[in-house]
Amino acid sequence: MIRFTEQTASAAGGLMSTSLKSRSALPGFGLAAGWTIFYLSLIVLIPVSTLFLKSASLTWSEFWSVATGPRALAAYRLSLVASLVAALVNGVFGLVVSWILVRYRFPFRRLVDGLVDLPFALPTSVAGIVLTTLYAPNGWIGSQLGKLGIKVAYTPLGITVALIFIGLPFVVRTVQPVLQDLDPEIEEAAESLGANFGRAFRRVVLPEILPAWITGCALAFARGLGEYGSVVFIAGNMPMRTEITPLLIMTKLDEFEYGQATAIAVVFLAVAFSLMLALNVLQRRKVALPVLG
Amino acid sequence: MATTVLSSATMRAVKTAARHDPTLVRNGLIASGLCFVALFLVLPLAAVFAGALSGGAAAYWSAIRQPEALSAVRLTLLGALIAVPLNVVFGLAASWCVARFDFAGKQFLITLIDVPFTVSPVISGMLFVLLFGAQGLFGNWLIDHNIRIVFAVPGIVLATIFVTFPFVARELIPTMLALGSDEEQAALTLGAGGWRTFLRITLPNVKWSLLYGVILCNARAMGEFGAVSVVSGHIRGLTNTMPLYVEILYNDYQFSSAFAVASLLAMLALVTLVAKSVVEWKSERDLSAVRRQENADEY
Repeated sequence: MIRFTEQTASAAGGLMSTSLKSRSALPGFGLAAGWTIFYLSLIVLIPVSTLFLKSASLTWSEFWSVATGPRALAAYRLSLVASLVAALVNGVFGLVVSWILVRYRFPFRRLVDGLVDLPFALPTSVAGIVLTTLYAPNGWIGSQLGKLGIKVAYTPLGITVALIFIGLPFVVRTVQPVLQDLDPEIEEAAESLGANFGRAFRRVVLPEILPAWITGCALAFARGLGEYGSVVFIAGNMPMRTEITPLLIMTKLDEFEYGQATAIAVVFLAVAFSLMLALNVLQRRKVALPVLG
Repeated sequence: MATTVLSSATMRAVKTAARHDPTLVRNGLIASGLCFVALFLVLPLAAVFAGALSGGAAAYWSAIRQPEALSAVRLTLLGALIAVPLNVVFGLAASWCVARFDFAGKQFLITLIDVPFTVSPVISGMLFVLLFGAQGLFGNWLIDHNIRIVFAVPGIVLATIFVTFPFVARELIPTMLALGSDEEQAALTLGAGGWRTFLRITLPNVKWSLLYGVILCNARAMGEFGAVSVVSGHIRGLTNTMPLYVEILYNDYQFSSAFAVASLLAMLALVTLVAKSVVEWKSERDLSAVRRQENADEY
């Protein structure tokens, strides 16, 4: 696994110089930088700036009334709550999975390790239809839960289930490398000095893995906010009740209400960007960045 | 030397294996971790294949041989065939200038490369509708010249390129930073040209990271749903990729056909996971070989 560590980050910082001209004796800067900036502008910068251009075509009161309308507010709330719950579930179980993968030996360990990345590799529409089929009232899991009176598919709970699936790799893949680098001897020393397992974990392990754990949870949360494919099938998509924000944007686009779609998208993007910015600050300190899928 | 390395590695392995967490804690953690993995990963994967074969082998075979299914496969492959090479060239160019030169705004450039990852897939697709749709910025011009981008194949390809944009670059940049430029400097000093140095020194050095990026980029390019869904317009047989075709079949209540096509995508995911593990294993092996060599050189 390839990681952006503090070391590489500081290497990047150290290489930065104040002069615009390169000090390096290597050739090819003009060609490489030229292509990079051209392609970046064409594929990313121009399209993204269109969004802000389009939102500027709305008056402020139009923008405000769409972006904070009751249907939009209900969608933001649902997206935030479902993503948060899913991120926390992944926070708990992702920690458990990374812990057992690093510290214990058990049958199929390598298989489980490889399988953790499945949500990155499986197309979201496939995830969506299979989770819906499993958790529908006549599905393998849905029928069992139905007997207990729990309804999953077509409720906010179903949305959360889909987001747990989608966010599963993030916590495991951020925490795992940090645990791997942690010397078990330190905990053993703590335990031999009389600390029990829980205390040794809290005092020795937890402080080390906490930044990575927070990063993993935040990445899972961010992914959940934007997720569409795996959620639309299981959500039920009732306005005000089970309509997530990306779906509301999609609905507005289908109605050719591009202005309204843009207003909601701008609000949503601002949230996502600030989250990523906060994460970047955290990473500058001491956190491993996982491979995203 | 080699024996010391081996023995300390073995020692560490033994220590790890011999950890004396309370048995109850240990078994409880393993059981709950495995239950979580079984519930959220193994069961859905099994259900895809069970659903695909629910109509029998003949139905499965005919579902994936439908003309619409085949055209969806073709469009999916086309999108990946265009998006992956373009993003590879970009990744190489971006990592060359970020990891080998100093310039103002470098950190900002690195941040910009990640932008497509922070944009929700639906918004990614919407960007291209805003640019090239009938009401879009270039909408009138495109209509006048009778060019279709949105609700047609070019839009799907553009959206695919956008969502897979960062994959190769963000694998290559940290690797090239970590490698440093000593070998390239040496080759240049010895008289090799710029391209020759790049092809003979840089590319072989970063090959595993490059391949890793290509694998991830390809998986996402073939599997992307949200962004492509916005720009496709769902014209059956014309602008459907495989993930979109799965949705159409499912919404038509053709469940076993939907799962048949989905099973092809699930197999692609499994191949991706295996390829990823192989590349991780190979690059780890190369890395430890280099370390052993360095250790040996010290003595």
